[in-house]
Amino acid sequence: MKYKAKEIPKVDLPELKIVGKPLRRVDALGKSVGATVYAGDYYVPNMLYAKVFRSDQPSARIIKLDVSRAKSLPGVECVLTAQDLQGATLVTDFPGQTGREKRAGSDAPVLASEVVRFRGEPLALIAAETLAIAEAAMKLIEVEYESLPGVYDPLEAMKPGAPVVFEPDNIVARWKIRKGDAKKGMEAADIIVENTFRVPFIDHAYLEPEAGVAWIDDQDVINIRVATQVVEHFRNIARAVGVPQNKLHIIGTLIGGGFGGKEDVTVEIFLALLVKATRKAVRLVYTRDESILAHSKRHPFIMKHKTGVKNNGLITAAEIEMISDSGAYPYLSPYVLLYATVASTGPYKIDNLRVDSTSVATNNIFASAFRGFGAAQACVAYEQQMDEIAKKLEMDPLEFRKINYIKTGDKNATGQVIKSAVWLEETASRVLEAMGEKTADSGSLKIGRGFASYMQSYGRITMFHDTSRAWVGLELDGTVVVRCGVPDLGAGQINSLCTIAGEVLGVSLNDTTIYYTDSALTPLAGTSTATRQLYMSGNAVFQASSAIRQVLLERAQKIFEEEISNLDLGGGKVFVKSNPSQGMPISDLAKLCASEGLPLNNLAEFKAPFTEPPDPETGQGDIYPDFTFGAHAVEVAVDTETGEVTILKSAGCHDVGRAINPIAVEGQIQGGSAQGLGYGLMEDVIIKEGVIKTRNFSEYLIPTSRDVPTTIPIILESGTGVGPFGAKGIGEPSLTPAAPALANAVADAVGARVYQLPLTPERVLDAVRRGKIK
Amino acid sequence: MEQKLINLIVNKRKHQVAFYPNITLLQALRKLGYMDVKNGCEQGDCGACGVILNGKAVNSCMVLIWQADGSEIITNAGLGNMEKPHPIQEAFADAGAAQCGYCTPGMIISAKALLDEKPHPTEDEIREAISGNLCRCTGYGHIIKAVQDAAEKIAAGGAI
Repeated sequence: MKYKAKEIPKVDLPELKIVGKPLRRVDALGKSVGATVYAGDYYVPNMLYAKVFRSDQPSARIIKLDVSRAKSLPGVECVLTAQDLQGATLVTDFPGQTGREKRAGSDAPVLASEVVRFRGEPLALIAAETLAIAEAAMKLIEVEYESLPGVYDPLEAMKPGAPVVFEPDNIVARWKIRKGDAKKGMEAADIIVENTFRVPFIDHAYLEPEAGVAWIDDQDVINIRVATQVVEHFRNIARAVGVPQNKLHIIGTLIGGGFGGKEDVTVEIFLALLVKATRKAVRLVYTRDESILAHSKRHPFIMKHKTGVKNNGLITAAEIEMISDSGAYPYLSPYVLLYATVASTGPYKIDNLRVDSTSVATNNIFASAFRGFGAAQACVAYEQQMDEIAKKLEMDPLEFRKINYIKTGDKNATGQVIKSAVWLEETASRVLEAMGEKTADSGSLKIGRGFASYMQSYGRITMFHDTSRAWVGLELDGTVVVRCGVPDLGAGQINSLCTIAGEVLGVSLNDTTIYYTDSALTPLAGTSTATRQLYMSGNAVFQASSAIRQVLLERAQKIFEEEISNLDLGGGKVFVKSNPSQGMPISDLAKLCASEGLPLNNLAEFKAPFTEPPDPETGQGDIYPDFTFGAHAVEVAVDTETGEVTILKSAGCHDVGRAINPIAVEGQIQGGSAQGLGYGLMEDVIIKEGVIKTRNFSEYLIPTSRDVPTTIPIILESGTGVGPFGAKGIGEPSLTPAAPALANAVADAVGARVYQLPLTPERVLDAVRRGKIK
Repeated sequence: MEQKLINLIVNKRKHQVAFYPNITLLQALRKLGYMDVKNGCEQGDCGACGVILNGKAVNSCMVLIWQADGSEIITNAGLGNMEKPHPIQEAFADAGAAQCGYCTPGMIISAKALLDEKPHPTEDEIREAISGNLCRCTGYGHIIKAVQDAAEKIAAGGAI
């Protein structure tokens, strides 16, 4: 079937001056000439070098931990163990989960004391005069373990009698959704389709390993320069280290990739402890091997879908079960599970719904945030399920979806009314159209096509009562300064904020400068997670800039004797709209305002909607600020002799509300897609009995330029988002539909489905056999 | 092990420094302050530490310092600066080829080595030339476009 792009509803977006223009990002040239300084590039005179001594057992009691020989090695300044820490933990649990009480003892200890629960768990910290001495001291630490029974599979961990990672049981979190009557809905169905889908542990594989340097200053403040997505961890760290919160200062750097892996605390807690103990500067940088051993992973999920459908294609009910492996400590597992639970139905109107999800502790490496945060896993299941249902009904996959797509004004799985534009057919038809002529089969190469639609939140869960702050100032020469605690992951966060300020104040992007990511010197902007910064800090910058704009226009009104509505700022000038030659440089207006004491700076706070938690029994309630909608399609060639999958074409289409910088948005779509295709095609953190086997980039394979084609980015702009200028979020959503689209394409090529990612040649060959392809 | 006096010319600056001969060129360059040479894996898998060594692009983590004794090295920062960027660097900035930017210096080194040899590479040749440079942010599309744009710019007389 040939697809034609569905016409999009008419949208009247005002033409803006720098928003929406393909301008060079403010951070682009520095990065291109190698001038950008990352966390691992800072050195402090006379600093010490740190190493972390880690468990080589996944589940064991510590019988002996003797650091005396390490301590006495010349050049070793300090060795810390749990004994020195008085029970310091990182808050990783979610109060109110699994009952209203916090789970006792499941927060991750900064250093393990009695038992170790995963291989790689930190046991001791070393600070020495040189890295070589610190490494030598590592070998002098004596540790003896008594092996404890471990549990490495979440299904095993749920069984009675399984080894318990934390008392009383291995259940880390549970969520449920009850809506309508799932039983009656199933009875009303003509057919019922049941499938189980699995996804593996995934590593973020950012190119920059975790890094930081810290020192204590003349005010007794511990300063930590670190690559982090969350400068607000300073509070958690101060508590764990035992210093007042105003004596812990995080100076964030531009981040060499995060994707959720630098959302939890990494090196900064160790640096703080070592600086406090030695009162000297300390540097800690992970090797690639240590990075893979030490940081969180994407949660593996087992997702069971049972869907009731009428012969005409209408879904009458769904029952969904999800189980995630949280690994050895909860970290963000309860939240990730909640996101997955809410996303589990996808962009479909399902009135009779039952979802039960569980996150389970094991002795694997801990899992936590990863771009998509549970919603990506959910999409892998619901979009393969949709194709399976369409196949059973002998319907076209898009025609089937169209019957069930959610619409503006409909309610999502938790009963929240969708208020913004829902362009599902618009996006899906465009990615299918972008596939063009289908490549012909040749020999053992079978061509297949697949697509996936999604809906995904941007902005944090509204029960978290999220806020962000930004300060904007206009200088007397007409240039603009933004100060905002936003961490920039490389996705263009600081560029977006500069663009918004420049747009509102009528100056060029080159005339804006931003100071960023400092827990003390820039207004706190919250986390660079949950696709929230453009929405949250973007709105804060918009508010602050708008307040200054108002001051300027009110003052200009007196000069030009024109209504404010007939005045505008642009090109570094204030001017009369009906007669643009009448105007003056903003610098002159700024000087005038300053001489009269009119405020040329503003600190704004933006608040997301504050809601109560969803009903614990039904999961019903408003839960997110808004949602992004889109689709991805791929064409693959499957070699039916070897099982090898080659991705021939890839296209992603998303309604981003408004593209603040279209090049940056394209970059998100293409880069997110590549991660999603890697998820589908090749990525897999292989863990055997708690031991990670893929500890470098020749074993943990991510896509190279040879493995993925360039994704055709198709940007739609409905202007209906809750971000500045009607923007929605695209950072995480761009990844989500790529892997299920790939899985659907492979199933289309071989006539049978692989129910487990990644689509390795072995699994694909098995599907080839089941699909009976000759 | 004894330290050995090593002679290097890095970005046209002469260095004579005593190093343990078993450290890598990557470690030596970073000790000398060439922080644009990035450490991504130290195993030759990622390409972030790429430099041009006597005219050839190499992963500096795969070269021991004694092997580089007497060599001429160019790092990405040696190609240009903010005021006077190299056409490849400018093309990377304009095409959106740098997102987090951590792979960028090594990526540009691979692009430079390619364009020195093949001024008008095909997309396939570009993909091959950067296949040893991992990028986790861009999906490579904008990087390939940047190399193509740079090739055009250089052909039009923009080379430094």
